[in-house]
Amino acid sequence: MNTFLFEMKESMMIALRAIRANKVRSILTMLGIIIGVTSVVVMTTAIKGIDNSFQNGISALGSDVLYIDKWAWFSNEDWWKMRNRKNLTMEDYEEFKNTAKLPLATAPVAGTRQTVKFEDRRTDAVNVNGSSADYVKTTNFTFAEGRFYTEIESKSSRQVAVLGSELAKNLFPRENAIDKSIKIGGVNYKVVGVLTEQGSFMLGSFNPDNQVFVPIGTIFKNFTSEVHGSITINVRAASPALLEDTKAEAEGVMRKIRGLTYSEENDFSINQQEGLMDNYNSIVGVIQIAGLFITGLSLFVGAIGIMNIMFVSVKERTKEIGLRKAIGAKRRTILGQFLLESSTICIMGGLVGLLFAILISMMVNQFIPTSIQYDAVIIAILISLLTGIIAGLAPAYSAAKMDPVEALRYE
Amino acid sequence: MNIINIEHIAKIYQVGSEEVHALRDVSLKIDKNEYVAIMGPSGSGKSTLMNMLGCLDTPTSGIYDFKGNSVSEMTDNQLAAIRNREIGFVFQTFNLLSRSDAIHNVELPLIYAGLAYAERRERAEESLIDVGLKDRMHHKPNELSGGQRQRVAIARALVTKPSIILADEPTGNLDSKTGEEIMILFNAIYEKGNTIILVTHEEYIAEHAARIIRIKDGLIEKDFPVENRYIPKPRAAAL
Repeated sequence: MNTFLFEMKESMMIALRAIRANKVRSILTMLGIIIGVTSVVVMTTAIKGIDNSFQNGISALGSDVLYIDKWAWFSNEDWWKMRNRKNLTMEDYEEFKNTAKLPLATAPVAGTRQTVKFEDRRTDAVNVNGSSADYVKTTNFTFAEGRFYTEIESKSSRQVAVLGSELAKNLFPRENAIDKSIKIGGVNYKVVGVLTEQGSFMLGSFNPDNQVFVPIGTIFKNFTSEVHGSITINVRAASPALLEDTKAEAEGVMRKIRGLTYSEENDFSINQQEGLMDNYNSIVGVIQIAGLFITGLSLFVGAIGIMNIMFVSVKERTKEIGLRKAIGAKRRTILGQFLLESSTICIMGGLVGLLFAILISMMVNQFIPTSIQYDAVIIAILISLLTGIIAGLAPAYSAAKMDPVEALRYE
Repeated sequence: MNIINIEHIAKIYQVGSEEVHALRDVSLKIDKNEYVAIMGPSGSGKSTLMNMLGCLDTPTSGIYDFKGNSVSEMTDNQLAAIRNREIGFVFQTFNLLSRSDAIHNVELPLIYAGLAYAERRERAEESLIDVGLKDRMHHKPNELSGGQRQRVAIARALVTKPSIILADEPTGNLDSKTGEEIMILFNAIYEKGNTIILVTHEEYIAEHAARIIRIKDGLIEKDFPVENRYIPKPRAAAL
């Protein structure tokens, strides 16, 4: 063991001497690995960053909330079949609310998209959600200012609104929003509350912070033509552990409301966050594999560069190898020397690549939240070490098996 | 006691479909503290014999015992170990590592012998002092003259305290004055009790040795002691 460590140390010194002796060439060779490692690490962290912000965004939906809907969010069911289902109505909601025992809270939701204005400032295509006062209980909303609308305001369909944080920032960049009169699709509403920030990352058109919440009655009254007729019933379980029970109960209650017989299929869907996750994971999985494959290619090209240079280096130092063998270097000593040389070049390149990756991710951080985890550091070092060994193997072997007589005669 | 005992060795190379008999039937013994010159024209098998003696190559047939151990049966690693401990090589073209200083070149065999840094450095320094390069230890080969380079190579050959020193045309790349100085150094090394095998094709270099072996067509043509060997005298200027 001691002699092994000794040989490693001495080979390391020899390798470092060789790298120092050919600075320019070593740096050019490193470049391939630097680019490869940088792209792999940046890609990994970017994917992780997108993933994290999606998780944050989606958690705004609540993991313990069910969404009873005419439509299934993700399913292989026939679109036409779903289209022909009966609409969910406010009567369905009332009956559900009175029958179901397990939910912590239930709320009807009807949505539309409208332009929201305050004086000369405007935001287009804002999600306008109409619901009841209980809606707030199906969420984890916290308020930056004001409050949610009350049950009285909701029941009497008062023109009051609660703004998402981004929308509030756009409309009221400097002043306080409370009690201000805004126009939603041309209709006056009074602001009673502003939410704190929910999630930061946008997925498609859904941005949890660019919404406005109003009593559901005002939606039916003001935006009848835009409302498609079917509402969603948001159901919050008393705890995540009770989600499955709540779901089973909800299914039973809905079937009863709809008067379905034993043999008939559900004519409604119960959606939950999990479905969104599954769908998301399968999409990101593909991006991940494609991304890693492409960045892996650049690493592969870097590895070929290393192998090439190592072959040149072995050829160029044929005489040196002959001499080393003549004065007592064993095959494995020569093998180790060249393997160490290529892995040292690769690890140096890997560390520089890592540094670049950290800088790049700091820059990208302005747009997509990313953070280099220390596992990325370990991966980068392992990848470069492995690349060095694999790329160095063939050249090192060709050096080790040289005949000393031939090698000494080489000019 | 014999250091080298060779009996009826032959070496046959396969060049394409042709067999080349580099050595046909060679027998010789070399004792401790001999000074032997091996002579012969190119193509005589002199280089093959030298590679054989230096354990760089093994014979096709015959017996080669080095200090009683059969070289013919050794593995690559065992040959490497013998070369490292028992043989000091001096080449015509010096074969120094051009990017390393003199002392690193000299300590190289000791690295492969597994010696620790401090001891290596100490012995390399001693060896360089012995060949008269006390002030040139940290010079790189391109900062040294031809004669000084060959001295570094000789210091490298001596540093492991080998049983034989094998010098292949050591003066071939030097002018005659510098060559003379190297021969003075070899003489001093011989007089300290070392065994030297000198391979050369030049008559006047061979006459420095105490015994001459002439090779021709893969056979020993002559093997005789030198009656009045030429003992080079250090000139005042050389010192």
